[in-house]
Amino acid sequence: MKFVLRPVKDTPQGFYLLLGVFSALLALGLGAVGYIEHYGHIVTGMNNQIVWGLPHVFAVFLVVAASGALNIASMSSVFGKTEFKPLAPLSALLAIALLMGGLMVLMLDLGRPDRLIVAMTHFNFKSIFAMNIFLYSGFVGFVVAYLWTMMERRMNRFTPLAGFMAFIWRMALTTGTGSIFGFLVARQAYDSALLAPLFIALSLSYGLAVFIWVLMLVSRGSARALGDVLMARLARLQVIFIAAGFYFVLVYHLTNMYFTKHHEFERFILLDGGIYTAMFWLGQVVLGTVLPLVLLLAPGIGALRSRIAASAGLVILGGFAQMYVTIIGGQAFGLVLFPGYQVSSSFFDGVTASYSPSLPELLLGLGGLAVVGLIVMLALRVMGFLPERMDDAALEMAPAPPSPAVA
Amino acid sequence: MNNDRTSPRSEPATKAPSRRGFLGVAAAGMAGILLAPGVRLIEIAQAAPTTVGASSKVRWGMLIDSGKCASGCTDCVTACNTENGLSGGKLPTDSQWIRKIEIKEVRTGKTQSLPMMCQHCAEPPCVDVCPTGASFKRADGIVLVDKHICIGCRYCVMACPYKARSFVHEPLSNQKTDVPRGMGTVEGCTMCVHKVDKGERPACVTACSDAGHGAILFGDLNNPESEISKRVASYPSRQIREDLNLNTGVRYSGI
Repeated sequence: MKFVLRPVKDTPQGFYLLLGVFSALLALGLGAVGYIEHYGHIVTGMNNQIVWGLPHVFAVFLVVAASGALNIASMSSVFGKTEFKPLAPLSALLAIALLMGGLMVLMLDLGRPDRLIVAMTHFNFKSIFAMNIFLYSGFVGFVVAYLWTMMERRMNRFTPLAGFMAFIWRMALTTGTGSIFGFLVARQAYDSALLAPLFIALSLSYGLAVFIWVLMLVSRGSARALGDVLMARLARLQVIFIAAGFYFVLVYHLTNMYFTKHHEFERFILLDGGIYTAMFWLGQVVLGTVLPLVLLLAPGIGALRSRIAASAGLVILGGFAQMYVTIIGGQAFGLVLFPGYQVSSSFFDGVTASYSPSLPELLLGLGGLAVVGLIVMLALRVMGFLPERMDDAALEMAPAPPSPAVA
Repeated sequence: MNNDRTSPRSEPATKAPSRRGFLGVAAAGMAGILLAPGVRLIEIAQAAPTTVGASSKVRWGMLIDSGKCASGCTDCVTACNTENGLSGGKLPTDSQWIRKIEIKEVRTGKTQSLPMMCQHCAEPPCVDVCPTGASFKRADGIVLVDKHICIGCRYCVMACPYKARSFVHEPLSNQKTDVPRGMGTVEGCTMCVHKVDKGERPACVTACSDAGHGAILFGDLNNPESEISKRVASYPSRQIREDLNLNTGVRYSGI
C-alpha cells in the first residue's frame, strides 16, 4: 500500500478556535497549580482520608488511555492488519500526547512539584511508582522510535520491531499503572493482581474511544473523508474492548463478593456508597458500558457514525466515572483495622471519608486534557502524521467480517 | 557572592590589568567576608558531635496495654502535639500523628480504648511504595520520612494499613527545631526519635505514665533483659493487622 503523510494545512477557523480553547484551559490549569502550590493542598478537596483526588482521576484516565491509543498502530505493526498502517502515526502521536497530559497532571499535583529532579535522581526500586517513571519514559522513547521508523523511509524496515517493542512496553506500562493500586496491600478496594489486567482491558477501550473522537475531528478539520468500512471496523473493535473491560470488572466484584472480608466494601460500592454507588451503576455500568454497547450493536437507532461518536463519548464519560469510583471510592471506604468491631476516633476511623472536588483540581485536570489537545493539534499542523486520504479505497480497507455493528 | 565570581570574567579583555587585579583582590576579600561566618558555623555545628548512628542491635518498640488505657483520656495525644509542634486540630486536613481509637465488638458490645500511631513495622508498606526512598526505616526500627526528598506523592498514605501518615496541607509556622516538618510533604509519628536518641522516652509514653495509667511501655525489643521483651515473652500480645505479617514494633495487649 502506498500512502503519503501530510501536515494539515488550510485549517478551518474552528481549528484556531479549539486551539484557543485549549490554550485558555492550559493557562487556567497552570494558574490553579500556582494557587495550590502557594496555599497548599488545603485549597483542594483532598484531605488526609482522600489523599488522591480529582487530579488523579484525570491523570490515571489519561495514562491508561495513552496505552490504548496505540491500539491502531499495534494492529498494523504487530497484528499484521496493514490497512491500518496509514493511521498508525496518528495513533502513536495521540499515545504520546495522552501520556504527557496525564503525567503533567500527576506531577503538578505533587505536594512538592519543584522536587521533580529528586524523583528523577532518587529511586527506590521496590516502589512500583519508581518503576513507573521508567515505564513512562520508556514508552515515550519506544513510541518516538516507532514513529521515526514509520516516517523516515530508510528506517521503514525497522517498523515491525519498533512497533513490537512499543506494544510490549504499553502492556508493561498499563500493568504498572494498575499495579499502583494492585500493590496496596492494606486497602479493601485494591490489593489485587486483577487490577493490572483490568487496567489493560480498560486501556484498550478508553484509548480506542479517544482515538475515534480525534480521528473524526481530524477528518472534519482536514477535509479527509473517513470510509464506512473503516468506521465499521473501529465500531466492532470498540464492542470487543468494552466487553473485555466489563468482564474484568465483573470478575473483580464477583471475587470480592465471594470473600466475606470484602463484603462490606462490595456493599459500599454496589449498594449504599451514595455518590460512589451512583457513579458505579449510572456512570460506569449504564453510561460507560450498556449504552455504548446498545448504540454500537443496534443498527436501527441511527446512522453508524453518529452511533460511533456517541458511544465513544460515553465510553470516555464512563471511564472517568470508573476512575472516580476506583480511586476516590476506594479511599472513601475506610481502612479496616479491627474486623468485627465498630471503630471511632478523631481521625475519621470507621466512617466513610468525605470528599468534594474543588475548582482548582478540576482546572488542573482540564489543563491535562488541554495539553493533549495542543500537542495533537500542533503536531498535525506542522508535521505529516496524517495520510492524504483516509477513505476505504485509499486504505485498501477490506470489508469487516459480518457483525451487527456493520449494519 | 554571585558578583565576585562573575565580575572579573565579564570584564572585556582590553581593560587594564591593574583594574582586573583590584577586582580579583576585592573578590577574594568578599569571598573571605562571606565565607568566614559559614566556616564559623560549621565549627559550631561540629562542636557538638552527634552520637553514633542508629544501631541494628536495637529494635525500639512499644507495648500498649489497652486494659490500662482509659477511655476519654487523650494525654498521649496532647503530649505528642506539644512535643512535635502539631496544631491538635481535628479537621480532615489536619495532621494527627497519634489518635485514640474506641473500639466496640459488634457481637458482645465490649468496648476498649487504645492509642493508634505509626506501628514502626519491620517490613513497612510505606517504605516499599515510596518512589524516592524518602520513607525509610532506621537501623533501630524507627520508620521516618526524609523531608528533603519527600516529593509529596502521598503513595505512603495510601499504603499504610494504620492510617498513620498525614500530609501537610497548609503552610506551617512556629515549628520545633527538633522536629522538621514542611508543607507538601508527608509526616507521621517519629517515636520521638529526637528524644530517644538522647536516651529519653517518647512524649506519649511519659505522658501516659505521668497520668498514672502507664499503659505504654517503651523499650528495646531486641534486648531480652528489657522489660518490654520480658513482657512480650511472657504475656499474650498482638499486632494490629497481624495478617499482613509486617512485624510491627508497636504491640498491643488486652485486645
